[in-house]
Parts: sequence; C-alpha cells; structure tokens
Amino acid sequence: MANRKQPRLVGRRGFMSGVALAGAGSALAGGAAPDASAASEPQAEPGAAAASAQAPGTLAGRPGSDYMVDVIKSLGIEYIASNPGSSFRGLHESIITYGGNSAPEFITCLHEESSVAMAHGYAKVALKPMAFMAHGTVGLQHAAMAVYNAWCDRVPLIGILGNGVNATKRRPGVEWSHTAQDPVALVRDFVKWDDQPASLRHFGESLVRAWKITMTPPMEPVMIVADSDLQEEAMTGHESPGVPRLTLPTAPAGESGAVREAAKWLVGAELPVIVADRAARTPAGVALLVELAETLGAPVIDQGGRMNFPNTHELSLADRGGNLIRRADVILGLELTDYWGTVNEFFDNIDRDYGPRTRPGTRLIGIASTELYLKSNYQDFQRYAELDLAIAGDAEATLPSLIEACRALIDTRRQAAIDTRRAAMAKLRAEAQAAALENATLGWDASPISTARLSAEIWQAIKAEDWSLVSADAWLSGWPHRMWDFDAHYRFIGHAGGAGVGYGLPAAVGAALANRAHGRLSVNIQCDGDLMYAPGAIWTAVHHRIPLLSVMHNNRAYHQEVMHLQRMANRRQRGIDRAWIGNRIDDPPIDYAMLAKSMGMWAEGPITDPRELAGALRRAVAVVKRGEPALLDVVTQPR
Amino acid sequence: MSLKPRFALLFALCGSVVSMPPAVHAAARPAPAEGRRLFMQVGCYQCHGTVGQGGSAGPRLAPDAWPVEALLPFLRNGTRLMPAYPASILADAEIAAIQVYLASIPAPPRPGAVPALRGVRGVPEAAARP
Repeated sequence: MANRKQPRLVGRRGFMSGVALAGAGSALAGGAAPDASAASEPQAEPGAAAASAQAPGTLAGRPGSDYMVDVIKSLGIEYIASNPGSSFRGLHESIITYGGNSAPEFITCLHEESSVAMAHGYAKVALKPMAFMAHGTVGLQHAAMAVYNAWCDRVPLIGILGNGVNATKRRPGVEWSHTAQDPVALVRDFVKWDDQPASLRHFGESLVRAWKITMTPPMEPVMIVADSDLQEEAMTGHESPGVPRLTLPTAPAGESGAVREAAKWLVGAELPVIVADRAARTPAGVALLVELAETLGAPVIDQGGRMNFPNTHELSLADRGGNLIRRADVILGLELTDYWGTVNEFFDNIDRDYGPRTRPGTRLIGIASTELYLKSNYQDFQRYAELDLAIAGDAEATLPSLIEACRALIDTRRQAAIDTRRAAMAKLRAEAQAAALENATLGWDASPISTARLSAEIWQAIKAEDWSLVSADAWLSGWPHRMWDFDAHYRFIGHAGGAGVGYGLPAAVGAALANRAHGRLSVNIQCDGDLMYAPGAIWTAVHHRIPLLSVMHNNRAYHQEVMHLQRMANRRQRGIDRAWIGNRIDDPPIDYAMLAKSMGMWAEGPITDPRELAGALRRAVAVVKRGEPALLDVVTQPR
Repeated sequence: MSLKPRFALLFALCGSVVSMPPAVHAAARPAPAEGRRLFMQVGCYQCHGTVGQGGSAGPRLAPDAWPVEALLPFLRNGTRLMPAYPASILADAEIAAIQVYLASIPAPPRPGAVPALRGVRGVPEAAARP
C-alpha cells in the first residue's frame, strides 16, 4: 500500500533520469555516444516496499515493467505505437502511469500493422526509432508485413512483444493461444536481432543492445520479448537491475585503400555518374553527396530511397538517369538496393530477356553497408551485380574520406575538365526540366484530374510553408519531384521499401508526428487502395492531433494490377477489356471524405473538377496549420 | 528512363516499311468519340492517360499523334516494354479509330501560360505567356 501511495516520487526519479538522457536518441543519429553515466544508477527501490504493510491483492514492491520503462526512457524513445494487448498490460500501465505517458507517449493504433508503419515513417524523419508493442503472437502476425517493409527499407525499429513463457501462470484459454515458445521466429528472416530476456537486467541489457544494433548501419528492425511475469511481478531485493550504459559503435566506413582506388577511377573518368538510393541517412549525408558531386562535376541520379540529393542542384539528373547510365565510364553506386537493375534493362515479356544498359568497359564501384549483412530467405537483396570495386561500409560514413581522396588527385587539367562537364550537365538538366513541363500541361483540364495538375496545385498551396512530403510519388509519375523543390533531407522520406501495401497512411502519420516537433507541414499523397488496408490510421492522426495534409490519389483501382492483367490477357489473346475485374474499386466508389469525417477528420471531396482543387487545398492547408489532420479526396488519372 | 529514343527509332522503321491496311483505307473515317471509347475500353488510358498525356507507365501519345501506318505495326509487334496487341484483340479499324482520337487532341498550353505552374523550376514566377 505504501508503494501505491508513492508512485509520484518514484515516477519522478525515473522520469528525471529519462529527461537527462532524452537527447540520447537524437545524438545517436550522428554516431555520438551519449553521456549515460546517470543511467547506471538503479531506479528501482526493491525490497523496501515489500516489508511495509501490503493491501490484499496488491503488489509488494514495484513491478518489473517500471524498470523496463526506465530503460526505454534512457534511450530517448519518445513514442510507443501500439494496439493494446493483455500480454503487455503490465508495461502499458507502467508507461502511462509510472512513466507519465511522456517520452515515451503511448500512441493508440487500431491495427498492429499501422503501429509498425507509423514507427517506420517516424524513424525516417526523427532519425531514431519509435518503439512499437504488440502481442508476440496475434499482434506480431498482424504486424509482420510492416516489419518486412521496414527491413527492406533499412529502417531502425524496436519491437517489444508481450509473451508469457511460464505455462503454470497462464490463464486458461486465450492466454495460451496468445503465447509462443519463440514469438520472433515468425519474422526472424527479416529482423536483424532479437532476444527473449529471462530477467529484468537481461531485459535492460538486451534493449540497450537492440538499440545499438538497430542504429548501426545497415539499420534494420530488432525485437525484444517482454515476458509477462517479468512485467507484472515485483522486483526483488537482489535484482536491483540498473540501466545499462549505451555506447554506440561508429558507423562502418570503407577501407582506406579501396576508397583511394575508387577516387582514382572517379577523378580519371570522362563521365563519372553517381547513383544514390539510401545513401543519405541524415542531413549530413545530403551535404556530403553535394560536396562529392561538385568535387567531381558528376551528375547524380537519386533513386529516391531517401532524400539523397537536392533536386534544385544543377547536377541533379534523375530524369536523365537511363541516358547517363548508358554514357558513363565509371558508375558509383551508393547504398543501392538494386545495383543489377540499375545497370541492366529487364523486360517483362514472354522471354523475360535482359541486357546491359552500360557501354562495354564501364567500371562499377559500390559502397554499401548491405555488403556486411544479408539473410537468405527473403530475396530483397536483388540480383547479384558484377562490380569492379565493392566497398563494404556505410556510404555516408565513407563519403568524407572519398571526397578527400578525390580532391588530392585533382590537378588543374582535371579541374578544367570537371568544370566543363559540370556546365554540360547543367544544360542537360535544364533541357530535361523543360521537356517535363511540356508534358505536364497535356490533360491539364482533364477529369479525372491529371497527376501533373494535382502535383502542381499542391505545390502552389504548400511552397510557402516548411513542407515535408511523407509519401512516395512514383504512383503520380514522379511529378512532385519534377515540380517541387526538394532541398532538405526531411523534404522526402522515400517509399515503403518492400512495396507492402498498407504502408502509406500510417507511415505518413508517423512521419508527421516527427515533423510536428519542428512545426513542419507534412504532406501525404495517399493512394486509395493503400488507404483501405489501414484506414484506422485516420483515427490515430485525429486522436493524437497530428497535423497532416492527406490528398487522395483516388484512381479507383489497383492500377498496377490492371496493367499486369492487361499484359497477361494480351499475351494469351483473350481480350483485355475484362482486366478491371478484381482490380477496380468503383462499384460503389468509396467516399474517402466521408470515411475521414466518420473518424473526426476535416475532409472534402470527392473532387473531380480540377478548377476546384486550388480552393480546397487552401482550406485544407489552413486546417493543418492549426494543428489538425485534413483529407482531400481527389479523383485522379491512373498515373 | 526516357523512352523517346526507342520510340523515335521504331517510328522511323515502321514508317518506311508499312503502308495503311486496306481495311482502314476503305472504312469511313471514324469519329474521335468512337476512338476515345475504344481507347478507354481496351485500357490504353491505364498507362498513357485519358488524353494520351503519358506518365511513368507509358509515354505521351498526343498531340502530334503517330500516323496509323506507324501505330498499327507498333501495336501488332509490341516492344520489349509494351505487350503486343494482336488483331484478335484490337482490329485494324479499331486502331485507326484510336489514332483519330489521339490526332484530335489539341496542343496543350505552354507551361508559362498556366498559373499553377508559375514558380515551378523552369517557369517564371510572374510572367505568364499566352
């Protein structure tokens, strides 16, 4: 009873410890080790409470889950996204009471897949993990696809899974069906590391280790099982665990000799081309890539796994990527998901033939942390690429030494060639942009609304704001990247990674939550088919007052699949006018504005007349700027 | 990746060796509306947009639509990117009708004349040209 009457005192001590270390997470992105000396001091007050008077049915001493919260706080984890579940009820209660529901704050999700996707989107803006909690069984089963997306997207993520290994303590019935001997077995093929701790100290050490592992490139999801008994039982006197001190390893950089060789090839090339996919983990990565490109006068093809390179820069030439790959004599691939697919063409015809895009003799250099770590079952590592120089290491961590090595090799003659090339690339870029804009205006007044018109109208509505695009734009034929000025790391967060549908809205909500702290206007161009996997994220955004502008790319079909069906029907000469069966979402058409309104979100639509777009966007942006989410349903062309 | 060089080459080849099929010559010139109906029905718009504006899945088809002499063999043979459309799926006359629709699509406005494009890279912020 005495223990029950003093939670505030104990809670404050734990909270203060958490505050002292709250900067840990953000500092980690840069690789610095936080001063965690205070964290070594035990937070628990075990034993003493047990000796005092205890009311029947109450716990003698502090629960183990309070200690778990101490560890979570020590890592600077700001949010835990979760759909509630009894296997982690102890930890849930400690978070919201002992922990004060602040750093971490419990983010209520309506599906575990959304919890993970939220954490996925958040990590790409906050540059550190948000944790998610789930049942080790049914919850993780729901969450599995989203974990796979995060794995493919090389995103740091910490899962805490409720599970009860002691069979003699399980409630009959559902608690048995919600228990597994080895919960993480379900997702171990796409999790970097996991553990099932048997004591509180073990939990503390494993959670801190998990943070180290997930934050070390290649960044990938990790999982820790929080045993129900460890959560719910009181800490004992001899088990004064203490919070383990975190020391992050440095990011692995490429070997110096190989880096010098790469510099020699790049500086000596007639047309070196840089291709980047997930190269810029942080804003520093963008600055380094700009420095390298300018040093070499080399065009950059940003494949968009992250915001790697400003599209406002004269060396940004993604729109001429195919042409440049064909012309290059040296290609530098930075954290490419698919190097083979970058330098080869593949055709989805009956023969499935392919061939090189590159000219004979083109030298291929790769720098990737994925050279250090692979798993075998899931094939997201793509086809084997025959590189001439493969440097195992994190691209961002390797860039400083590569830039230095390049500079050391550039003499006056090479500098003149670099300046000439840079001017030629600037001209090519201007031509590409002009051609793109010529294409934008065709179908300008069409209904359904063209994706170019939609992108242009959104740009007019947001360009004066500090905006962040928290969705992929490939489904809109990439128009935002041709029209909007992506000039900072947070302007774009890439895509789902594994192309698992249902990522879009919850990831956008998670990214918007991270952007909220910076006062940014988050923009989500939301595909209709994707939304219907996880519409509950609408409610989460409203409930937690997360400002987010969602504009529907409502083409009323799974259009990617329509095109696949057309290809099959053509090949089989069976007619193609039935390819919509099973793929269209228009009988009846879904009213997304009504769906959003039903969960308390401001919404308008469906908008079919492009002339109505500008006004509706102004109204929606005004809603978001006052701190709420808003949704516009826009009926669009397929692509 | 730009597809233009590939299409331009194919166009040149097709134009030099293929003539208008007799069925197309003999038929009355179809209305653009009929061509649009077919364009939508057989799903051309899925990749090329309802007014042939193109996108990431397929190139722009209008304005300046290809003549039927080029379009027909292109559809019959396909490319390594686009599946072939045999006659059992799309008759010569239907292709001709689609070509009429594409040819009827007017030239779009210049980017500088579109207010919503002002300030986009490559378009002046203020000066709108007619």
